[in-house]
Amino acid sequence: MNAMNQGLIRTEDLTYYYNEADRMMPLPVLRGVDLEIEQGTFTAILGHNGSGKSTLAKHFNAILLPEGGRVLVDGMDTRNEALVIDIRRRIGMVFQNPDNQIVANVVEEDVAFAPENLGFPPDEIRRRVDEALKLVGMYEFREHAPHLLSGGQKQRVAIAGVLAMRPKCIVFDEPTAMLDPQGRDDVVKIIRRLRDNGDVTVVLITHHMRETIDADRIIVMNDGQIVMDGTPKDVFKNVERLKEIGLAAPETTELLYELNKTGMDLPLDALSVEECASVIYSAFSAEVRR
Amino acid sequence: MLRDITLGQYFPGSSVIHNLDPRTKLVVVFVYIVLLFVGNSFVSYIVLGALLAACIAASGIKLKMLLRGIKPVIIILIFTAVLNIFFTPGTPVFTLWRISVTYEGLRMAAYLIIRIVMLITGTLLLTYTTSPLALTDGLEALMRPLKKIKVPVHELTMMMSIALKFIPILIEETDKIMSAQKARGADFETGNLIQKAKAMMPLLIPLFISSLRRAEELAMAMESRCYHGDDGRTRMKQLVFAGRDYAAFALTAVTAAVMITLAVFGF
Repeated sequence: MNAMNQGLIRTEDLTYYYNEADRMMPLPVLRGVDLEIEQGTFTAILGHNGSGKSTLAKHFNAILLPEGGRVLVDGMDTRNEALVIDIRRRIGMVFQNPDNQIVANVVEEDVAFAPENLGFPPDEIRRRVDEALKLVGMYEFREHAPHLLSGGQKQRVAIAGVLAMRPKCIVFDEPTAMLDPQGRDDVVKIIRRLRDNGDVTVVLITHHMRETIDADRIIVMNDGQIVMDGTPKDVFKNVERLKEIGLAAPETTELLYELNKTGMDLPLDALSVEECASVIYSAFSAEVRR
Repeated sequence: MLRDITLGQYFPGSSVIHNLDPRTKLVVVFVYIVLLFVGNSFVSYIVLGALLAACIAASGIKLKMLLRGIKPVIIILIFTAVLNIFFTPGTPVFTLWRISVTYEGLRMAAYLIIRIVMLITGTLLLTYTTSPLALTDGLEALMRPLKKIKVPVHELTMMMSIALKFIPILIEETDKIMSAQKARGADFETGNLIQKAKAMMPLLIPLFISSLRRAEELAMAMESRCYHGDDGRTRMKQLVFAGRDYAAFALTAVTAAVMITLAVFGF
């Protein structure tokens, strides 16, 4: 197969069960997911708790292995044990709780963890560590103890720890769920910066709609399946369908949707606050002129 | 109360003591502990105490921080000292009813307190000035020969450094659970020992469960960052002996020689 014209991550009929001891039947978490994520894109995966979005993400770097179907990363099958390290250095992963992913007691030693595991020479590790810390704006804190940092700062260190591998793709598994608003803003800014630099593919799993507005593509999961897949404008237009599966549209779309209920005819795809404001403004001024 | 536990804390700095190779510090501390028990006169403790004082001064660590580590053992200290004072046979200083306080007892008690205090201060100085990772790196390097007899040195030191890293996180979590349980009427302070022990259950069970969850998540995060044990792993900070390390070894050797001489000649 030609590696050039296929996605960076590709799942084919991916199926997964959680085998719980107290259940007679295994509980299906993923039911036949077919997905392709292109190099250099920003994909957001949405879904309420238990929709299978986190389970899906853990298949991307061989933390979980498919029960049925397969997952290919750069053409490599994740079930091939010999390739696991090659897969994981391509697909980095940032988790929800920064405390549980920081290994070391000093910021820079933690960031060095991944390149050390990959066996780089000391000066190369130093270069990568400094570069990654500067990228997330934590270079001045390199000699600090992580437990004295704020949640947002810790999460930025965790991101640097993944960046130091120079992965092709970073999967963020609800990276802001445990952070205060300030920390959330900082992390979102970094994700945006990574995306704008364009050399890292970003997969963001979240249930904060706001964070997904400037994604290239949104995938909505429900009950172990992909139920919607498209640009943010296409996906968020379906306010009712989103509500059915327990998700809310972004506040902007929500506002336009409610206004439409009162008899107005506004386009639902004005996602940013500015766009939304101008749509409403022009609708009202048209009303006034009439 | 929980904030007092400072064991395993590291205070970053750039003093001579901070910059010593962790292997040097481990060897020096080991020799120092042996010397504490070789010494059997006040003169010898003054010699060793001078070395310790010099190291503390050079490290820039506040004496208050070091003394804080002694607080948790004060009761044990007093208890053993009292036992020693009253139950060591020898020349009596004075006698109360049938128990006599002896010169030997007083001396034993004083030595004991000096030894324990110096032991704790010395080892705390080590952990305060050495990052846990450096410490475990040092241990790993020193224990490397044991790998030949199939001792999983890397795995052991990795577990140690992770345990140390989680101490402050778990303390914080204990505080949080304690407040949550107190808010719901849990009483950790009153009652006899058994009641107090029982009161700890609603604290320990959530703490234990959350520790298991943390361990699982940490393992996943480590695997995601390509951790696969010792094979082919390199280090950013290589351990290299510098001039100051040789100086530290020389100083330790001289001190050891003085201490042994003092012990042999009975000063």
